[in-house]
Amino acid sequence: MLDAPQKDAPLIDDRLLVRDREGDVALLAGRDRMTGAIAFPLPDDEDRFETVTLPREGRLWSWTVQRFRPKSPPYAGPEAFEPYAVGYVALGEALIVEGRLTGAPIDRIAIDMPMTLVAQAFTRMDGEVRTTFAFAPTGIAA
Amino acid sequence: MSDVFIVGAGIHPFGRTPGRRGLQQGAFAVRAALAEAGLAWPDVQFAYGGSDAAGKADTMVSDLGLTGLQFINVSNGCATGGSAMFGAYTTIKSGEFDLGIAVGFDKHPRGAFDPKPADWGLPEWYGETGLMLTTQFFAMKIQRYMAAYGITPPTLAAVAEKAFANGALTEHAWRREPVDADMILQSTMVSDPLTKFMFCSPGEGAVALIFASGKRARELGLPMVRLRAAAVRSRPPGSFEVFSPALAIDRGPSPTEIASRAAYEMAGVGPADISVAQLQDTESGAEIMHMAENGFCADGEQERWLAEGRTRIGGALPVNTDGGCLACGEPVGASGLRQVYENYRQLTGQAGARQVPGSPRLGYSHVYGAPGVSGVAIVERA
Repeated sequence: MLDAPQKDAPLIDDRLLVRDREGDVALLAGRDRMTGAIAFPLPDDEDRFETVTLPREGRLWSWTVQRFRPKSPPYAGPEAFEPYAVGYVALGEALIVEGRLTGAPIDRIAIDMPMTLVAQAFTRMDGEVRTTFAFAPTGIAA
Repeated sequence: MSDVFIVGAGIHPFGRTPGRRGLQQGAFAVRAALAEAGLAWPDVQFAYGGSDAAGKADTMVSDLGLTGLQFINVSNGCATGGSAMFGAYTTIKSGEFDLGIAVGFDKHPRGAFDPKPADWGLPEWYGETGLMLTTQFFAMKIQRYMAAYGITPPTLAAVAEKAFANGALTEHAWRREPVDADMILQSTMVSDPLTKFMFCSPGEGAVALIFASGKRARELGLPMVRLRAAAVRSRPPGSFEVFSPALAIDRGPSPTEIASRAAYEMAGVGPADISVAQLQDTESGAEIMHMAENGFCADGEQERWLAEGRTRIGGALPVNTDGGCLACGEPVGASGLRQVYENYRQLTGQAGARQVPGSPRLGYSHVYGAPGVSGVAIVERA
């Protein structure tokens, strides 16, 4: 489950996110050195892809709500389950990225609403906490 | 090059058959097709067959008979059946053989499909944090489509209501009870806007089709349809597919759109010529989007089409006359061949209580699935 951010929890994957001193995160992606195309998640091919960070602001492209607990594996969250929203957010002119949504009641979610990348704590079923990402309506502190 | 005809079809009922393995269901379908056509297994010169999760098709020779025929296994995800049919089509067309079969079968346990991120080339966090679910993909594709083109939830329900009504008329269907639109809308929300009754379930079943050259088909004198087109296409740049952590800003066509165009071109016909269509309906929204992706209506017209009952049996373009995946379930390896089986029954006037009136001439079938593959076939009454 996603809790209030714990800014010191380890990143869930060092190739997914970077975090600055304020605890703000950015998504890592690869820019194809030949074509300029952006790839996310960051491909494991440094010869071809230069590491870049994605814009943190965008607009909601589509969304849904996960109403039942996903199967484990691969889901690593705890047995206790709360429905969560997921969506795709078009980040500037870069890419449309999928992630959990946070900070908006489900009946207020609407396509095209401005969204901002935020750090989110993810509690695993073994109780360990990791920092991952989510998107929150712009202007709402997650 | 020979014309290609389907001269026989057999099916093992879809749903759940405890105690009968997927391979046995496949052999059952082959026997049913041969018996109806008055043919015997030694008459079959070649076979293409496959399942997604129920074993190797060619091992059914130990059940059907060790005749030494050419038997090629096909494994192509959700297009396994469609690919087996494409193999049979090109084999007859080339003149290599003049009688063969395509067989597809599967047997998925309840709640099958447990994807592992590594199998899809994806990092573990994608699965761990609860983003790797096919249901989310389907929901988000139709959610955006509904917002863009003014499709409403009652239209989603109307698709499922039609599927269950047609399933009630279909011997091989799994769900054979009508369900009304209110109950569909009020059933458990799985992934907004899609409720439980708007989704198909993984299931079991098998289908076999018998293919023959024009010369052989005329000699046999069986009820038959001409296979005018069979096309399988993978995804082009910018398509929206399952398990995508990111999408390109520049959106493109779907594999369905390019497979559809190829099939129409091959057949020399257009969407307005089609009398009956079987479209991939993994969930209600898929059928709606696939009506447009296959060229039958413009984006957004589905709202009116469903309200007017145009896709019901007896409507202007009956869609999923046997209840589709929603009523039959989705045994992956058999599902695409079930659609062609249904068109064969409809075009030869053998569809019983669900028969489309007015002697339908052209039947269209469309299968679609992961990881972005689509198969389209067009058959004509012969």
